[in-house]
Amino acid sequence: MASNAISNQLPFTKEFKESLFLIPEGENIQTCLQCASCSGVCPFGFAMDYPPGRMIAWMRAGILEEMLQSDSVWMCVSCFACTEICPKEIPITQALMTRAKEEVLLAGNVPAELQSALEFSQQYGNPLGESSRKRAAWTEELDFEVSIVRKDKRPYEFLWFVGDYASYHPRVKKVTQTVARLFHMLGIDFGIMGPDENSDGDSQRLAGERGLFEMLAEKNAKILGRCEFNEIVTTDPHAYNAFKNEYPRLGFEYPVRHYTEVLLDHLDELTPKLKDIGPIRVAYHDPCYLGRVNKIYEAPRQLLQAIPGIELVEMAHNRSTSLCCGGGGGGMWLDGFRWEKAESRLSEWRIREAVTVGADVLAVACPYEPPRFEDATKTVPGAENIQVKDIAELIFAAIEN
Amino acid sequence: MTEIVVIARLVPDLVEELEIAPSGKALDRSWLRLIINEFDNHAIEQAIIIKERSGAKVTVISPDAEGVEDMLYSSAAKGADRLIKLTGLDEEKKPTNKSLAQSLAGLIKEINPDLILTGVQANDDLTGDLGPQVADLLDMPYVGYISGVSLEGSTAKALKEYPGGLLAEMEISLPAALGIQASEEPPRYVAISKVRQMMSTANIEEISAGELDTEGEFTIERMYLPEAAEKAEMLEGSEEEIAAQLTSVLEDLGLL
Repeated sequence: MASNAISNQLPFTKEFKESLFLIPEGENIQTCLQCASCSGVCPFGFAMDYPPGRMIAWMRAGILEEMLQSDSVWMCVSCFACTEICPKEIPITQALMTRAKEEVLLAGNVPAELQSALEFSQQYGNPLGESSRKRAAWTEELDFEVSIVRKDKRPYEFLWFVGDYASYHPRVKKVTQTVARLFHMLGIDFGIMGPDENSDGDSQRLAGERGLFEMLAEKNAKILGRCEFNEIVTTDPHAYNAFKNEYPRLGFEYPVRHYTEVLLDHLDELTPKLKDIGPIRVAYHDPCYLGRVNKIYEAPRQLLQAIPGIELVEMAHNRSTSLCCGGGGGGMWLDGFRWEKAESRLSEWRIREAVTVGADVLAVACPYEPPRFEDATKTVPGAENIQVKDIAELIFAAIEN
Repeated sequence: MTEIVVIARLVPDLVEELEIAPSGKALDRSWLRLIINEFDNHAIEQAIIIKERSGAKVTVISPDAEGVEDMLYSSAAKGADRLIKLTGLDEEKKPTNKSLAQSLAGLIKEINPDLILTGVQANDDLTGDLGPQVADLLDMPYVGYISGVSLEGSTAKALKEYPGGLLAEMEISLPAALGIQASEEPPRYVAISKVRQMMSTANIEEISAGELDTEGEFTIERMYLPEAAEKAEMLEGSEEEIAAQLTSVLEDLGLL
């Protein structure tokens, strides 16, 4: 029996390892120095039986079974900290961690809370299990009409890809409405996909469900192919990443920009409208998929610095070393699982950093963040008075003041 | 080889608001989104668990409806061996359990299964008599509210749930039909890539439901949303005062 087990295992190990080479720069994995920087920088490395460096070592030794039977990979938040720090430029997040999640998921080893998010994404096109018909319901509270591109057929300057949490989550919906008001005020021409929009699928992909990602991408591309627009704009760094880096691999190419970049283009119009809302100390949290992955560090900061009365302060982890909010790589759907493993939340670590720099406001630019960080302010001592605000909300407050 | 048949149905998905059709006698199908009946999903899972434990051929039969292919392919990805779509049903009118059971029994008889599993009820069928009717037509025993089954020779050992948190371990002679309340383990997740693979390799057999026997059936006169009743009148005061008020209310209604 033992010899059987080994012979079954070897081809799989080889197959798995070789599949990593198919990913761009994946073959760099051969050059790993075993320096363990990846395992050290990983915010959840301490709670993993197999942090990335050890995974590579075990894989080299031809031992994969234990690794794939362990649930270590579900601690990975796909935050790119390991990829960023690797001296040999190994795409650890994209290749090793994501592929390992795919294998574990194919083997049916999926935490229950993640399973329901994946099933909802398949059934309703969003991981929250909300009605797809109500995807544009957030527009109903606005005092102007938001065009739905399929109903109101014409060329648009921007196709606004709204995203899941931005469409449905009660807290994040308020940010979405604020962004819509700003766009409207600035005369930015945009339309949304409304009920035709499906999840961008990037977090599902990073949670190991590549097939689901492809299905969702195909559904979105089918609709986008029938619309006329110059660029996609989104408030969601995960959607931004999908359109910028992942959809093109499937043959779907659209220029995409983050809303902070679009607002920055209109800074000259915005500046005279902005009144003093200070003095307040604002710390900005770089979302992993806006900052580290896509190198947009300055647009959000420039917007914040344009608001009179704001003193922008930097937390210990900022820009390329930013600390993940814990929502990435399926983290939005693994809270209970990760709490059991680590007994801490990354969002709480981040809020502690905000307390340390004496921030009045933690500014964010990703739909995963307002609810995660607001929850953390309720549990971290000294954070009771920290407000979590999207950059758009701070700009709007400065206009309304 | 042990033969297991699972009857699985699609039911209205309550994530969407239900609309009544202009006829006022049915749900508006154009607004309806369908989803697998949760109990049937557990029945499929239970069948696959038995197959993995002691070997079996699993056939999933489902009345035709929008989305039924996806559901059947997904069952195949979980491990179902044979997929059957029951066709020729009236799309506008949901068949009654009596006529559906007759149609299913004819088909299942040919498969000659050792075990029939189906959801104990459905959100659009709280009476849950499809399983019992099929069992009756095939002259098999039926036990409902089952939450775990294993096969041992010519008997099934099953856990039956009773109200009040009671469980009974039952031995049932095969062939038998069981109404599944819950599978032993929660229904598993299958990666979309596996479902997609099944879409190109698995075969869905289409078998006609035939002429449905509608004799002696009920007809729906009117379907409507629950109407808001008049506001409740709250009786207040001491216990004795409340009792006195209650007595006079009941007297006024002619009940005392």
